[in-house]
Amino acid sequence: MNVTLETQDPITCCDECLVRPGNTNCGGCGMSVGLVMLDRALKSAGQRCQLVIPACCGIVTAGGYPTTGYSVPVLASTFAASPAFASGVAAVRDLNDEPHQVICWAGDGGTYDIGMAALSAAAERNENIIYICYDNEIYGNTGGQRSSATPPGARTTTTPVGKLERKKDIMAIMAAHRIPYAATLSIAHPEDFARKLDTALHLEGFRFLLIHSPCPTGWKSEPAESVELVRLAVGSGLFPVYEVFDGWRYRITIKPNGADPMEYYRRQNRFPAAAMDADAVRAEVAGATARLARLAEVFAAG
Amino acid sequence: MAIEVVTGNHAAGYALSVAAEANRVGRGAACGIYPITPQTEIVEFVARFPFTKGRVIAVESEHSAMGVSIGAAMAGARAFTASSSNGLAYMTENIMVAGYYRLPIVLAAVNRTLGPPWNIWADQGDTLYLRDFPVIQLYCETNQEVLDSTLLAFRLAEDPRILLPVMVIMDAFILSHTQMETDLPEQDLVDRFLPPLELPHQLNFERPTTVGGLTWPRETLSQRLEIDEAMERVGAVYEEHRAAFEKIFGRDPGGAISAFETEDAEAVLIASGTIASTAREVVRTRRARGEKIGMVKMKMFRPLPVDALLDAMPRATKIGVLDRDYAAGVGGVWWHDLRAAMQGRRDDVMVQDYLTGVCGGDVTPAMLDEVIDDLLGRRSAGKPVWKGIDR
Ligand code: SF4
Repeated sequence: MNVTLETQDPITCCDECLVRPGNTNCGGCGMSVGLVMLDRALKSAGQRCQLVIPACCGIVTAGGYPTTGYSVPVLASTFAASPAFASGVAAVRDLNDEPHQVICWAGDGGTYDIGMAALSAAAERNENIIYICYDNEIYGNTGGQRSSATPPGARTTTTPVGKLERKKDIMAIMAAHRIPYAATLSIAHPEDFARKLDTALHLEGFRFLLIHSPCPTGWKSEPAESVELVRLAVGSGLFPVYEVFDGWRYRITIKPNGADPMEYYRRQNRFPAAAMDADAVRAEVAGATARLARLAEVFAAG
Repeated sequence: MAIEVVTGNHAAGYALSVAAEANRVGRGAACGIYPITPQTEIVEFVARFPFTKGRVIAVESEHSAMGVSIGAAMAGARAFTASSSNGLAYMTENIMVAGYYRLPIVLAAVNRTLGPPWNIWADQGDTLYLRDFPVIQLYCETNQEVLDSTLLAFRLAEDPRILLPVMVIMDAFILSHTQMETDLPEQDLVDRFLPPLELPHQLNFERPTTVGGLTWPRETLSQRLEIDEAMERVGAVYEEHRAAFEKIFGRDPGGAISAFETEDAEAVLIASGTIASTAREVVRTRRARGEKIGMVKMKMFRPLPVDALLDAMPRATKIGVLDRDYAAGVGGVWWHDLRAAMQGRRDDVMVQDYLTGVCGGDVTPAMLDEVIDDLLGRRSAGKPVWKGIDR
């Protein structure tokens, strides 16, 4: 007999939770935390949303029909077209003067790769939608293959010796569209996270949010260490936390604290030591950090 | 009523626009558009239309054009788009989604040869290739038929007994760019024919579902079965709306099939699109000489109206199918489908395939005379016969 099941309190599902208990996400998944934070931000802003989700772990979160892991209407889109589907939904919302947000919730595959054309086009049209990418740096839903968000050195099922190429700078690409708001978010910094969601919820036009989203399954890391890992990524400058208004006014919202980037690599089993050149990594991070600091200084967001 | 001399593209663009405008008292209209020769004028027309409550979104690809229309339809708007050839091929994944989501999106399609090589002329291969998807297909012979079929398509698509996308199809250039007298109905008549859309399964907060989320095989299977049942109903529902159309607009938009001189015909040609016009004239001429031949124009390809077809030609022993398309290793798609559907029902009938005007070649009366001579002289069906090839 399973004593735990017999004795524990039943999990009660609150209809008001954006993502309901009982979903199938892995333990330690950053996406789950992101959805909870999105839920809180919507509530404190007094808003609600419709979600458009392409192929990714986020649509698996819904579980099997006729149940759904989400308490809001969700439209599953084709992998490459969530910003297009959302543009249609948002257009009709606006035609009918409805106040809710239309939010794309997509992984890095649907964002950096297959969905890039539709994403760029929706940003160029400045569609009135919020696009949130939970970037777990891997095709998690298909079992862990490389994406263009996968960092160099990372071993995936399609980069068996570690990825040779660098990670695509999606923020630079999105900022270049001069959209009203683009920001990076870390679940290790919930207050900053909440404030940026709130900023996005009170702006109009195309808003792009990038969440660094730990994926214990793909990162070969301990679920309990997920938050600590992304905190290290922020502290070392590997994942810069900043926001960009209208494509050119920058603000760094969490400054790196001088942590060693190699510590981040060492605590995951996806980075084979042989593929890592510590000096090169440190130099790269230092260069990127300095470049961003300079941008934030010269083009300061007030 | 305003009779104007317009192209097929203009007729389609006009019909899409006034049909969408008719939903201004509902949740409005929205669509994604992307140009491709020879469809371009259709999207240019709708982009210029002064919608009261509508948004036309010029997107970056056909895939996204249908994506926008799907999102709009799911939000309860009347939605449509248009494409052709490789554009349809690129849009295919989302056409499939529109069908499986049971969205009443109307898609104006101009038949153009699929590339490579680069060929902008008429060939039905681009739409026939979508034959296995839950999309109703209507092939048109004249610009008036394009206009009427487009209006009818919305009513058919939005009927709660159907809820499927409809493709309204015309030949590249032969219709798309050729001007004909066409009756462009006023908005108030269209309003009477097309009431506001109430999509039963639109996104709503009261009953939040995940549309398109995971289902198990049994649920997916039951959805497929429901599509099959809806397809079964299309013939009868089409006839209802055809009658309603005639009442409001004062003309017959045409049936799923149109038979010409078939009651006593021993040999029958089956044609679709503009080839039907040529075939009808050739049959008329040879009838005058006493030959017992007839012709059937097929407007509807999906679902395939086989019962109506068989009823229309009770005495036929020889059927010649005119295919402006080629399925590699098979021959003509119409032939392949019709032959399969007739099997076991009229096994005494010989069904011969003629590949006519494939890749946009002209289909002349002389070519169809050769086809009829060949058909009449045959004792058994053989491989598809290619016409219009110099070797
Ligand atoms: S595979 Fe990764 S992203 Fe997907 S649910 Fe599991 S932890 Fe989350």
